[in-house]
Amino acid sequence: MNNKNQSSNSIRTVVATGIGAAVIFVLMKFVAIPMGIPNTQFNVAEGFLALLAALYGPVAGGLAVFIGHSLNDFVTYGSPWWTWVITDGLVGVALGLIKNRLNVTGGAVKTMKLVWFNLYQIVVNFVAWVLIAPTGDVLVYHEPAAKVYLQGVTSWIVNSVSVAIIGTILIVLYSRTRAQHGSLKKEK
Amino acid sequence: MNSQLLIGYTVRDTFLNRLSGSTKLIGFVALSIIGMVTYDTRFLLGVLLISLILFHFSKIKYHEVAFVLQVIVAFAILNLVMVYVFAPSYGITIYGTHHMILGSPDHYFNLSWEQLFYEFNLLLKYIFAVPLALIFLMTTNPSEFAASLNKIGVSYRISYSVAIALRYIPDVQNDYRTISLAQQARGYEISRKAKLMTRARGAVQIIMPLILSSLDRIEIISQAMELRRFGHNKKRTWYMAQPFKRNDYLALIIIVLIVLVGIALFKVNGGRFWNPFK
Repeated sequence: MNNKNQSSNSIRTVVATGIGAAVIFVLMKFVAIPMGIPNTQFNVAEGFLALLAALYGPVAGGLAVFIGHSLNDFVTYGSPWWTWVITDGLVGVALGLIKNRLNVTGGAVKTMKLVWFNLYQIVVNFVAWVLIAPTGDVLVYHEPAAKVYLQGVTSWIVNSVSVAIIGTILIVLYSRTRAQHGSLKKEK
Repeated sequence: MNSQLLIGYTVRDTFLNRLSGSTKLIGFVALSIIGMVTYDTRFLLGVLLISLILFHFSKIKYHEVAFVLQVIVAFAILNLVMVYVFAPSYGITIYGTHHMILGSPDHYFNLSWEQLFYEFNLLLKYIFAVPLALIFLMTTNPSEFAASLNKIGVSYRISYSVAIALRYIPDVQNDYRTISLAQQARGYEISRKAKLMTRARGAVQIIMPLILSSLDRIEIISQAMELRRFGHNKKRTWYMAQPFKRNDYLALIIIVLIVLVGIALFKVNGGRFWNPFK
């Protein structure tokens, strides 16, 4: 029984990765609002990523955004900007790690948990976009530090805001549609 | 306009179409990685030239990719301007000499041949892989692409995820368009004319149904795949997989040679930069 559950979970991960990547691709392509600094935009996709990762875990979250982001780079810029694609993948993994803690499928998520989730995602985005991504650009692409760090800080802010607003809304709305854990009582 | 945003595979009778997807994938990844690291102008120009020649042979028409190319060029120029504004004397730092056109190295804003040369290299790095990427996208069947990923060693589950993504992008896009039209008919404004907050609210009204229907889709597809015993065996075969032919081996040898030249140039230049100012 346990074994069977595991195999159906792994299929769900495969499918969630694929469909998630398709949705992230479409959101990045059509529902992104440019921020004025080249290559940084307000991405609704990051908010969706938060829900996807919270539902299906780190593997699906990380791979879905990795695939979706690189496909989007492919058709928009001609070739993927690898440092940022990999960083985005790491964000997906980090957001997926709190799947059990957040427990979206177990009914409405409490306010305290949402506050905690938002603090966590701001830290994750800070590490990813202000520390990892620009440093990768300087090392791999040898771009001037001032430029990439500005892009990094902008991305950190817009991505955190996207997760904080859209991600939180999605998580709240989705978890409300799930039955609260232990909400059924046996009649006496 | 939306149809121009996406470029896709069509059947063309060229030798590039007949190469196996794995060869093209290895070629693209190998060249884009070596081009990402190197700053040797001669090497980048050489690869760009080769990829333009290949592009010519691929029989892809300019008007098919015109829109994508314009976006790419616009972004490249924006980036170059930004690099200049933030680090106008970065070239001098890298190449160690200064041949001035305007101003002196003591001022923040100055113009030197070193800076121009550095930005020219950057431009080459932004665009050298574009013809390769377009060839790869437009001559490789998406179903074969997943098979090639599996062939070069990516686990078949991940390859299958990529296949699902490619298969469902048009569907999700259709959903998006339908939902967007329906919500606009109900009065949600999402065009450029609206204010940012109105636009954001409109966007939420569109993505909510889109995301919920996608989550449903995940359930349906994974149940269908489970019924068909997906993931039962350690390996799987691919209907679209192509065996390597003579031309594939030839292409792979050429790719290896180009990459070796790139690596040899690191040794010759004593680093990533080729310095013509010495």
